[in-house]
Amino acid sequence: MIALNSVHKVFNKGKASAVTAINNVSLNVAAGEFVVIVGSNGSGKTTLLNLVAGSIFTDAGSVHIDGNDVTRMADHQRSKWVARVFQNPLSGTAPDLSIIDNFRLAAIRTQRKGLSIGVTGNFREKVRQHIATLGMGLENKLEQPMGTLSGGQRQALTLVMSVMDSCKVLLLDEPTAALDPRSADTVMRTADKLIHDFKLTSILITHNLKDAYQYGTRLIQMQEGTILRDISGSDKSLLSQNEIFNWFS
Amino acid sequence: MDFYLTALLQGLCFSGIALGIYISMKIFNIPDITTDGSYTLGGAVTALLLTHQQPVYIVLPLVILAGALAGAITGLIHTRLKVNPLLAGILVTYSLYSINLTLMGRSNIPLIGTTTLFDKLPLLADPNRNTGIILSFIVLLITLLIGYLLKTDFGLAMRATGNSETMIRALGVNTNSMKIAGLALANGLIALSGYLMTQFQGFADINMGIGIVITGLGSVIIAETVINWLRITSAWLSLAMVIAGAIAFQMVLAVTLSIGVDANLLKLVTAVFVLLIVSLPRLSFSKSS
Repeated sequence: MIALNSVHKVFNKGKASAVTAINNVSLNVAAGEFVVIVGSNGSGKTTLLNLVAGSIFTDAGSVHIDGNDVTRMADHQRSKWVARVFQNPLSGTAPDLSIIDNFRLAAIRTQRKGLSIGVTGNFREKVRQHIATLGMGLENKLEQPMGTLSGGQRQALTLVMSVMDSCKVLLLDEPTAALDPRSADTVMRTADKLIHDFKLTSILITHNLKDAYQYGTRLIQMQEGTILRDISGSDKSLLSQNEIFNWFS
Repeated sequence: MDFYLTALLQGLCFSGIALGIYISMKIFNIPDITTDGSYTLGGAVTALLLTHQQPVYIVLPLVILAGALAGAITGLIHTRLKVNPLLAGILVTYSLYSINLTLMGRSNIPLIGTTTLFDKLPLLADPNRNTGIILSFIVLLITLLIGYLLKTDFGLAMRATGNSETMIRALGVNTNSMKIAGLALANGLIALSGYLMTQFQGFADINMGIGIVITGLGSVIIAETVINWLRITSAWLSLAMVIAGAIAFQMVLAVTLSIGVDANLLKLVTAVFVLLIVSLPRLSFSKSS
């Protein structure tokens, strides 16, 4: 589903401050895989995710999504396949727009934003049902501006928004980093459920090793722009939480 | 009384500017000052075509198109060449001065012997009231159109572009194109104000746009103060407040003149008035704390 071939990325090229963020990385993620990426700060996790999403472009190598060469496609073009949840809860939603308006935009992520009114009675009902699955009581606050909600509520809604339109790839960049433990738990369980229910191919970046142990079908550790460990299938399930902790000691 | 009627009519003429500034500043969060140029451009195109005996209904779409083009150029300079939007607007306004002068051929074109929009539709005997009816109808129409637009999927994408760019890009919107479209729309509306004003005052002048952006800003700031004060969330009501802001702004200027303030000081008084509205919420807060 996602294929990176010999991808290379250098920031501040040619300057004294040049940093090789991704060093000749190749990675194949099969359809339905749930990849968790761990690694210390500056190891290239977020850069890797941004290269998949199209926020930044590769210096060398190619990126394929669902068999399409997207190497030179901008982020808004790749949104045809890719939905994202950002580290900052503010980035994934528009604060001044109401919940229902945010959902409307998410529901036409892969479509043209035309000159007709899309927030109809039917649409409202559909959104209400989707939001009700969160069990947060937000289904009765559709007209409330997104900005009035807490970070945890916004992250959970962003997750539900990502499956409002056809979605193949879900990119999660430390979605729980800004949340309290309880909200973080809700968001992670929601993500896991959606990935399972909608058979999404997903990549999760996290610093939470407990989450890395608990979730995902494949675990990757990055270091200095390269993939240090890549453990999947039964090997991942045999891994103990302590072993993962020891990678970082 | 006529004095205030004139202020009301001017306020209606400036509604396009107020709506345009509302779109660029409040919805897209871009400080756009192409206004001074695109307003005069609207006036220049109107005067040029009317004195060449073109009918008003052909002039109108051409004026909006001309303004939209000016806005789109500012948008292109800002998004493609990554120039600060303020500078992009200044550059376009600056060049428009020459373009307007070239179009007009001289610095002032009086509309003598032409049929204006207000002559065309004699609905009421009293010319001022007649003008008022026609202006109200046009302003109502554009307010309804913009209000509808903001509720459509395209309108939601517009609002999200100014509100959360990362989000809307991730949702498949090319924010650069969206900003260009937004600035084109805003300046199309501003040129419409030039079209109305030129026919209302009976001439187009190369200097008619100097500092006109203040009129738009003042109107929007008055509207915003009321919107925050009354906690208005409806898009329709917000737009209505912007129109009311444009009229209120002209009324204040009329009062200023009627109490005998020297007309030469009008721009200074206007600036102080805008400053006052902007700082009013903060001034009253500091007292209570």
